[in-house]
Amino acid sequence: MNLFIDNKSGAPIYDQIYSQIKALIISGALSENDPLPSIRSLAKDLRISVVTTKRAYDELEREGFLYTVPAKGCFVAPKNTELLREEHLKQIENHLLEIRQLAAACGMSKQDIIQMLDLLDT
Amino acid sequence: MNAIEISNIAKKYKGFSLGPLSLTLPAGCILGLIGENGAGKTTTIKALLGMNHPDSGEIRLLGQPLSADLRNETGVVLDEVGLPENLRIPQIEKIMKYSFRNWKSDVFAEYIKKFNLPENKRFRTFSKGMKMKLGLAIALSHDAKLLILDEPTAGLDPLVREELLDILNEFTRDEGHAVLISSHIVSDLEKVCDYIAFLHKGQLMLCEEKDRLLEQYGFLQTTAENLDALEPAAIRGKRVTQYGAEALVDRKLVPQTFDIRPVTIEELFVYMAKEG
Repeated sequence: MNLFIDNKSGAPIYDQIYSQIKALIISGALSENDPLPSIRSLAKDLRISVVTTKRAYDELEREGFLYTVPAKGCFVAPKNTELLREEHLKQIENHLLEIRQLAAACGMSKQDIIQMLDLLDT
Repeated sequence: MNAIEISNIAKKYKGFSLGPLSLTLPAGCILGLIGENGAGKTTTIKALLGMNHPDSGEIRLLGQPLSADLRNETGVVLDEVGLPENLRIPQIEKIMKYSFRNWKSDVFAEYIKKFNLPENKRFRTFSKGMKMKLGLAIALSHDAKLLILDEPTAGLDPLVREELLDILNEFTRDEGHAVLISSHIVSDLEKVCDYIAFLHKGQLMLCEEKDRLLEQYGFLQTTAENLDALEPAAIRGKRVTQYGAEALVDRKLVPQTFDIRPVTIEELFVYMAKEG
């Protein structure tokens, strides 16, 4: 499993871990019931804070991407198609928000954007 | 369990008073103590080691009140490693064997080898870096659960400092271990610490998770007028020149349209200390 931490990007460290592990799970690079590294060893290997790593794992667990077996560790949760769809919808929404901002900066109306989308399809 | 629990300690000297100050370090974590010269870092550390007695307040290390016996479970490196000048490493080891209940000769030998320390030279001929490494080797060779390091990186070259940080990182792989390290080389602390505490003029300005601090605060460069328009609570420190203004800001209280760049712990401390 590859994880890259960028201290200078300004993105919170916990968010970097959280989104990269999530991406690995969604893409299938990590599959169901795969063991994840322990919080402590991941933190120490990446030289990041233990508290921060725990926060990322907690967030993933809350969203149903991993589960914890006491005294055994953390594992990738069985894939939940509903959850995946939700996740993708959220991403689309975020992209759309960005589009709206860019469009506003160029003085484009909603109609113009839809037209652009139609053009791309043909 | 908490490795360190300081509650409301205060100590008055002529011309300087520390606290009242409360601080907690959970086991398994590294706490970095930052402060200017004379901020009270060493006074705090000495109180933890029972080397001075606070006028009030309570200290518990590894869940126990301070006692002579705790010495066995704490590894200490102060900025001056004080060992008999004329002794060589084998003789120093002999002293340590009788000083600590759980002395591990094999662990010590390993560190001596790892740090490339000469066995046949007298301690007084050691360089500053070698002295610190020997101090650290001793601190790590008696099964200590808590390491307390006062300015261990001062006067060391970047390679040795990096090596030290690696050792601390490895040490806390065990969740029963914890480290308190003070330094004014803030970038070193930024690399390894889980928690950061700022001491300024004897007062604890803040003690927070390092990453939360970095998330909460940002650095804003803008015009002086723009800065004035912001909520005063958002600004934690600023520097205004005729060419513009720089400010340390709380990200949550600043409109998102401003371009805020990440802040380093060092900037955070400098700006906050100036303001305080």
